[in-house]
Amino acid sequence: MNLLNILLIVPAAGFLLTLLLPKDNPGLVRNFTLFVSLIAFLLSLGLIGPVLANPQQLSFESNSPWIEYPSIRYHVGLDGLSLWLVILSTFLTPIVILVSWKYIQKRVKEYYAFLLFLLFGVLGVFVSLDLFLFFVFWEVSLVPMYFLVGIWGHDKRIYAAVKFFLYTMAGSALMLIAMVYLYNKSGTFDIPLLMDMMAKGRLVLTGTEGFWLFMAFFVAFAIKVPLFPLHTWLPDAHGEAPTAGSVMLASVLLKLGTYGIVRICLPLFPEASHQNARWIIGLAIGGIIYGALVAMVQPNMKRLVAYSSVSHLGFVILGVFTFTQVGLDGAVYQMLNHGISTGALFILVGMLYERRHSLEIADYGGVGTVAPWLSTMFVITTLASVGLPLLNNFVGEFLVLQGAAERNFLYAVFAAVGVILSAVYMLWMVQRTFYGETPDAVKNHFSDLSLREWGVILPLIAMMVWMGIGSSSFLPAISASDSKILSVVQSKAPVAGKELANAR
Amino acid sequence: MPASFVPPSPQELFRFAPEMLMTVVATLIMVMEPLSAPEGKRKFAVMTFLALIAGIVLTVMGTNDPGTAFSKMLVLDGFAAFFRILVMVVGLLIVLISTNYLKLEQHESGEYYAVMLFSIIGQCLMVSANELIMLFIGLECSSIASYVLAGYLRDDKRNNESALKYFLLGSFATAFLLYGVAWIYGLTGTTNLSAIRTTLLDPTNHPNLVMLGAATALLFVGLAFKVSAAPFQMWAPDVYQGAPAPVTAFMSVGPKAAAFAMFLRILMTAFEPLKDRWEPILWVSALATMIIGNFAALRQTNIKRLLAYSSIAHAGYVMVALTTHSEIGTAAAMFYLASYAFMNIGAFAVVTYVARRGEKHVATQDLSGLSQTQPLVAAMLTIFLLSLTGIPLTAGFFGKFYIFKAALDANLIWLAVLGMLNSAVAAYYYLRIIVVMYMQPPAESAEELLAPSAGIRVAILCTAIVTLFLGIFPSFVLDFAGRSASLIR
Repeated sequence: MNLLNILLIVPAAGFLLTLLLPKDNPGLVRNFTLFVSLIAFLLSLGLIGPVLANPQQLSFESNSPWIEYPSIRYHVGLDGLSLWLVILSTFLTPIVILVSWKYIQKRVKEYYAFLLFLLFGVLGVFVSLDLFLFFVFWEVSLVPMYFLVGIWGHDKRIYAAVKFFLYTMAGSALMLIAMVYLYNKSGTFDIPLLMDMMAKGRLVLTGTEGFWLFMAFFVAFAIKVPLFPLHTWLPDAHGEAPTAGSVMLASVLLKLGTYGIVRICLPLFPEASHQNARWIIGLAIGGIIYGALVAMVQPNMKRLVAYSSVSHLGFVILGVFTFTQVGLDGAVYQMLNHGISTGALFILVGMLYERRHSLEIADYGGVGTVAPWLSTMFVITTLASVGLPLLNNFVGEFLVLQGAAERNFLYAVFAAVGVILSAVYMLWMVQRTFYGETPDAVKNHFSDLSLREWGVILPLIAMMVWMGIGSSSFLPAISASDSKILSVVQSKAPVAGKELANAR
Repeated sequence: MPASFVPPSPQELFRFAPEMLMTVVATLIMVMEPLSAPEGKRKFAVMTFLALIAGIVLTVMGTNDPGTAFSKMLVLDGFAAFFRILVMVVGLLIVLISTNYLKLEQHESGEYYAVMLFSIIGQCLMVSANELIMLFIGLECSSIASYVLAGYLRDDKRNNESALKYFLLGSFATAFLLYGVAWIYGLTGTTNLSAIRTTLLDPTNHPNLVMLGAATALLFVGLAFKVSAAPFQMWAPDVYQGAPAPVTAFMSVGPKAAAFAMFLRILMTAFEPLKDRWEPILWVSALATMIIGNFAALRQTNIKRLLAYSSIAHAGYVMVALTTHSEIGTAAAMFYLASYAFMNIGAFAVVTYVARRGEKHVATQDLSGLSQTQPLVAAMLTIFLLSLTGIPLTAGFFGKFYIFKAALDANLIWLAVLGMLNSAVAAYYYLRIIVVMYMQPPAESAEELLAPSAGIRVAILCTAIVTLFLGIFPSFVLDFAGRSASLIR
């Protein structure tokens, strides 16, 4: 059995075993799940070498029949595109388990079990090479998130959880229909096989078919991303979720949407992707600016970070639909960056909440004087998030802007406005929270980072710096996989676009 | 039909040994009932249980030698065997959840089991009827027994109302059906399904299409009523709500599956030549059934009523499979009915357990905090609800998947899209129950919930295991359904 299969089994088995642990021993549950998640992380590190050696090809492939009719196969594998997303998920899981250590005091066993189950679901999505398998994991990852928000969230948690579930469910209903339609045309759910059939002309979609199939997939993914104006579930879900839920949601679950677009929409429906690129870019830029403007006026820190996600993911979508190598590389890199820096922001906001029991910015002020280390970490993360050079987001944003400019300079101009706005709202929040006068409620309640919290935040900060300076450790693998997808998309570019590409 | 009496051969008798065995046991129970002491009623449940198991074994043995019996009035093919086993398994599960319920209500008696057996016998006849009169006999046998069961607790007003409604409306429906049968006989000169098909296919002998349409419509009324398809679904919520919980579980699964089997057989054999004409009617009915069921369920606060409306919606999904009039569609419907049987009985088993004596606790709010007081039961109910919603790795997901795949195969794209969106609506009300169980604290005033009885525990565990099993390895049942979907024409 190859390493990838073991990596999938570990969290699933961990989930089942956690359910069997005694209910009245939360310490055991915490240690056990932390142990399982660390094992998963270490295993995932073993994936890096072989994939980097050959990022364009699929590594760790395993392909065996699951259901005979219709032919559904357990087909999983990794390339440079999914590798880092897999590692991002396994990297964050032990961190969110540590984050929840003190905060989660009720129904501890179920909580950690759901976290492991969530890891199982998202890993499955990132490594599935069979459309049906992809869908199964896609839906399965929904269930633990629903419980995480609904049971351990804040006041309006139930509303948020149900909204989240129904939005995604409605999108995936369309996706399933599209999958079946595609199956009926081609006789397979296998993604590489479908790509191959299209390349060889054995599967030809008419313009209308291509358009509707593309739309069905795209809407399902866009809801998850979430692309403006389908984003309304996100602030609720993020705002109400417990810290670990917000982190997993922002850092990993949203990536399922963007990953789906790159993995499925682009290579399977290249013509439709080209035809629809214009308005999608419009929505992406709209989302960048809208998200930033709304974030600016949020009195609630979590909602502010949530809206900033809408803005940041606009960048990812923009990068993808430029259909340029730099743009797509930047988009994928930005997926990882957002996972690290927004995850860290949610964690830091969660730490503030644990101390002061409020998410309102107005309840804070002068935290810097009572908790200098916490504030320093927060400031570094903020700077990473707004794209300061030498930190991770800068690289991604730069590449996306470059790609956008290659396609149409105006796109880059509008998107850059978003970069400026994000600096405004993030720094403004930092100023109001950490500087100025210190109210008594803050003065008396605040302690600086504990050892556990250091353990949580340091790896994230380290990643921000590493990804900002050493992007060459990560980008080659991404580029290699991207260029493969891009070659499919470019080959189906409308004539004008082809000339443009040739001219370059 | 031959006028002279031909004695049935031993093979023919063996094909219908399960029905005969059950008839004997049911009659025996009726005879023994007045002679047994009040404490000795438990033995009737055991007898019924054993009779059903023997019936299943005999059916499996009978499938080695498929064919017709009793002057071609009945037929045992893979299709009939599939549904026969299904209704008998349903019977087994219902016996498991009934025993404790009847004890609590102090209404333990043999009649209950005898009547249930008669109902199951009727359903077995329905699914193997090769002929309209036989079909009517099976239907009446099953229905009359169901009317009795719906009003089983005769001192309970709600039970009385339920039984009366069911009886009156059900009789109307069967009357329509019988009238349709008479017309068909008048038009084609036969009540045998294959003979009707032959007559309809014969170009020299084409009956008047208008009359034939009217006759089919009459049949449709009767059948649609039995499966609670729109616009004949109105009775279901009231009847389901009023009947004793185990009986509701039974009615929403057993008679319905049998009626769908009958529906499928008639459409796929006798009236297959007219498929272009009935397809639009089914299309509209399927869509209306899904929409009415789902949207009405959104507003329910009584779990039994909610499940009743959801059961209407699920009938709508099966109607989609019927509309495709293909073997894949038939197999999809069979798979769906089987998975629905397990998840729905599982859900009702939990409802029966939570409702307690006198069914006082049937509001959705009564489930609040169940995840803390009875975590295992809550987890099982969550599995059933996720399966009813259609989340992957549960039986319900594959059920829906195969149905909508069959619809797409048959080029019914819009029906499939609307059906899928409908199931997203359904997610809302199923989720609400999960919300109540997991996200709301138990009410402080609530009386303590005792651990479930052994019967309920076994029923819930078995159904949950099957629900998950079919969600991970659907081929197990689907292959069987696929092989049995071809009907003897």
